[in-house]
Amino acid sequence: MTERTTERGRIQVTGFDPERVTERDPLSGWTEETGTETKSRWKRVFGRFVRNRTAMIGLVVVLFMSLLAILARPVEFFGFAVQPLSLAPYPPGDMLYADPTVDVSRNEAPSWAHPFGTDGSGRDIFSRVLYGGRYSISIGFVVVALAASFGMVYGSVSGYYGGWVDEIMMRVVDVVLAFPMLVLALVIVAMFGGGYWQLVAAFAVVGWASYARLIRGEVLTIKENEYVLAAKALGARDRSVILKHVTPNAVAPVIVLATLNIGTVVIGVAALGFLGLGMPPGSAEWGSMLEGGRDAIIPGPGGEIRWWITVFPGAAIFLFVMSMNMIGDGVNDALDAQETGAEMRGGQ
Amino acid sequence: MSVLEVRDLTVKFYTGEGVVTAVDGLNYSIDRGEKFGVVGESGAGKSVTALSLMRLIERPGYIESGQILFKGQDLLELSDAEMRRIRGNEIAMVFQDAQTALNPVYTVGEQISEALRHHLDYGEAEAKERTIELLDTVGIPAAESRYSDYPHEFSGGMQQRAIIAMALSCDPDLLICDEPTTALDVTIEAKILEEIEALADEFDTAIQLITHDLGVIAEVCDRVMVMYAGSPVETASAEELFYDPKHPYTVGLMSAIPRIGDRRESLQTIPGTMPDLVELPPGCSFHPRCPFAEEACTRRDPPLMDPETGADVSDDPGVERAAACLAHSGDLEQDLDYDVTVREPDGHTETTVTDGDGRV
Amino acid sequence: MGLQRFILKRLLLIPPILFGVSIVTFALVHLTPGDPVSQMVAMNPNVDAAQEAELRARYGLDDPLVVQYVDWMAGVLQGDFGEVYGSSQDAAGVLVARLPETIALGLFGWVFALVIAIPTGIYAAVKKDQLGDTVSRFLALSGISIPNFWLGLMLILLFPLTLGGWPVLPPRESLASPAMLWYLVLPGITVGTASAAAIMRVMRTSMAEELNKEYVTAARAKGLPERTIILKHVLRNSLISVVTLAATLTAGIVAGSVVVEVVFSWPGLGREFVDAIHGREINLIMAITLFIGLFIVIMNLVADVLYAMLDPRIRYD
Ligand SMILES: Nc1ncnc2c1ncn2[C@@H]1O[C@H](COP(=O)(O)OP(=O)(O)OP(=O)(O)O)[C@@H](O)[C@H]1O
Ligand code: SF4
Ligand SMILES: [Mg+2]
Repeated sequence: MTERTTERGRIQVTGFDPERVTERDPLSGWTEETGTETKSRWKRVFGRFVRNRTAMIGLVVVLFMSLLAILARPVEFFGFAVQPLSLAPYPPGDMLYADPTVDVSRNEAPSWAHPFGTDGSGRDIFSRVLYGGRYSISIGFVVVALAASFGMVYGSVSGYYGGWVDEIMMRVVDVVLAFPMLVLALVIVAMFGGGYWQLVAAFAVVGWASYARLIRGEVLTIKENEYVLAAKALGARDRSVILKHVTPNAVAPVIVLATLNIGTVVIGVAALGFLGLGMPPGSAEWGSMLEGGRDAIIPGPGGEIRWWITVFPGAAIFLFVMSMNMIGDGVNDALDAQETGAEMRGGQ
Repeated sequence: MSVLEVRDLTVKFYTGEGVVTAVDGLNYSIDRGEKFGVVGESGAGKSVTALSLMRLIERPGYIESGQILFKGQDLLELSDAEMRRIRGNEIAMVFQDAQTALNPVYTVGEQISEALRHHLDYGEAEAKERTIELLDTVGIPAAESRYSDYPHEFSGGMQQRAIIAMALSCDPDLLICDEPTTALDVTIEAKILEEIEALADEFDTAIQLITHDLGVIAEVCDRVMVMYAGSPVETASAEELFYDPKHPYTVGLMSAIPRIGDRRESLQTIPGTMPDLVELPPGCSFHPRCPFAEEACTRRDPPLMDPETGADVSDDPGVERAAACLAHSGDLEQDLDYDVTVREPDGHTETTVTDGDGRV
Repeated sequence: MGLQRFILKRLLLIPPILFGVSIVTFALVHLTPGDPVSQMVAMNPNVDAAQEAELRARYGLDDPLVVQYVDWMAGVLQGDFGEVYGSSQDAAGVLVARLPETIALGLFGWVFALVIAIPTGIYAAVKKDQLGDTVSRFLALSGISIPNFWLGLMLILLFPLTLGGWPVLPPRESLASPAMLWYLVLPGITVGTASAAAIMRVMRTSMAEELNKEYVTAARAKGLPERTIILKHVLRNSLISVVTLAATLTAGIVAGSVVVEVVFSWPGLGREFVDAIHGREINLIMAITLFIGLFIVIMNLVADVLYAMLDPRIRYD
């Protein structure tokens, strides 16, 4: 055993020998807890997300509504039924009052046979609400996927090249962001006509800009980071450095933005439908259903208010968007707590 | 007479990972005008102790029990309004990181004169005048024009001086300094410490100086309490602590940093790290890291004892000399075989050798 | 750099953005298949090819796009946005006539949003994780999730019809008459709800974050009362994050008013816009779009200036 001395300043202490501790067997069964440290960052984020009850409720509702939309009517692919189930009792477009086998008239209040009632054309609102999710939900996801991918590429290029390229590219972003999403989408749809893919295009064309700005900011921060400078000094190429460091850092805010964005797009699509500019008139899209039922809130013959025509489709939008936002909040909290948690635990 | 007497103070945090007992049955007292040091590694509970004195512990933390007698009055029994009259007025605090302790959107001058207006009922002009005087006292050049600067326009050292001016503004009886110089570089550190000392003497203010640097203690303090895992493990006068430490943890700290400013490798020579305060090791909580630990240390939790007699003195806040190690109650088979040597400045070694049992 | 030079610099950035805004507007409207003349012609079988060509020439639709753009911009710069094909008014006249209605609505929405959101946000942050916080968070989440047109429909359904007596459709009264304030309430709330919810959420988050900072502990250690700490020290810091949102929220209110005006038949710019789109009144569409772009660019500037005023740390560069 070596004699250990520490000698700085006037007082010198000898005999406090750390090796006695490191070399002896532990005196008691007590050990330092290390379990939490070994888990990876993403595992911890995931764990926190899963433990967030609100977010889980949101996720369940979103999955449930999506499932209902898929199972509402059979899905055919080149005349071949991929999904044969049919949860919705009637085809969404059928005007049932004209069907002799169904005993129902127009504007019928909710009943056991028609839980959400029927609309002014005698269509079964319950079937239409179930089926309508196909439009809103899928447009929401497709738009966000397109907008986020394009925006991320655009933003990385802009931030990566910097200089006047960045300057010009970002002015374009400024221009796009100078319009409210809905206004620009409105003009685009008005000019190019309504329909599924036109709606997707309209919202994607407007939506990419915020992702571009986000990612560009991230790239710029990374570029200035010391460890990136160090990696570059060691000869790593810019592009690989940026890919390696930007991706993990930027993925978090992009996911948050994207989840919250889906709700915005769904509302936007419904708003266009409500203004009569989305899907073709008569579609079972939630917003278009509201437009069809707008005059139903004014008392009809006999002073009756046909509330069911507006309440149910709108409630479907509300429920879906709310659940989406609950998920978004959960993701945000799971990622955020990461930062503050680290702060709280940190040294001093 | 003591200005502050802390009795059996226990503070717990109810966190997701469990109950953190950040301060566990703490007793100590500070005399009027005395400079009292609190030393220990990160996480020992020093800041929590300081905040408890001001009753500034927040959810999820709670002061579970104890008394905090300030000039004979138990602060824990005061109403919120009464407590606010004491904060900043009779007890003031200097924070570790001046940059975060100053509000970025108000001028430094405003943040100091605010306290004067609040506690001493000064008018605008009067408060401003006094603030400029204070800034000048703590050594800020061109204090008058600096009054309306924002915190980000001050250097780190100047920010800390401003915080000190703020703390001294209402002439407190007790000044709590929580690592006032950790964020500063060495040359400024020495100056700020000197200033705190001089100002405390001038205003006859008692100081509780928190640090994890024994060098700082040596420089400033009269008496010292060494904390480990939420409890005091040794109390002594500064003199005695350095020449005749009675607790292995103190000895470990001393072998780490005996000089101001040299922070490299600090705390490295004590093996391991401070345990998580949720579940402490059984017996003496230092035993997993103590080179002198024996079987007995895992079974009995040593109270603070008089190192001469081995009498339990843990309930006496005013105790002069105490250490919480089983060596003093005769429960250990071996001696604490460390030695302290004092070298004269000329380099020739005069050996005043002391071992843990106080025999020379 | 002083605040004035900062503002000046920001002002210089505006023209290029507006130029881009005008190009986007113009391009969107002109790059589409089918100009207004072919629409008119489609609706009227009596027009022959020669008349059609004459109509095109009259509206300048034969010229190359660049020429058309320059012509249009030249007009715009003189306040001439072109005529509205289906009416005797010109686009600028419509704009001027409808604007006050929309401003009234938007302003009501903004005031409603701020009055609701700031106190609730403060309250929620102070009561973080307690019942009051949970409730206000739930309400805010609902607020950002509810489609405004549906909210409007539901308000119409609930208030005027069942609870009786609340005015829904505005009468053709002058906006200046005090009675109009009543008519503003429901549409104003509808327009402002989403912003109120968004501000409340931002306010709560940033306030809660600020409350954890050491300067708050330091202020408490000074013995300041909790009210001073929150309303003086913390509020100003958290307002900074609300201000950074101001332009986005204004954009939201503008977009919201388009839809809400349709719901409540409010005779503002938004409803005019939707009508113009249905009737393919391209001059009117361009005028309103350009105006909205201009307005939001200016709001961005205002937000920047407010931000610079609230946060002394900002280096004006
Ligand atoms: N707000 C809090 N929530 C949960 N635990 C806390 C909180 N504040 C302090 N603690 C716990 O209390 C213990 C003591 O912390 P304290 O800040 O007093 O340490 P310290 O001795 O001041 O250390 P340092 O030298 O790092 O300042 C730590 O283990 C910490 O985890
Ligand atoms: S009681 Fe044992 S473990 Fe604790 S300090 Fe003394 S010798 Fe070390
Ligand atoms: Mg501390």
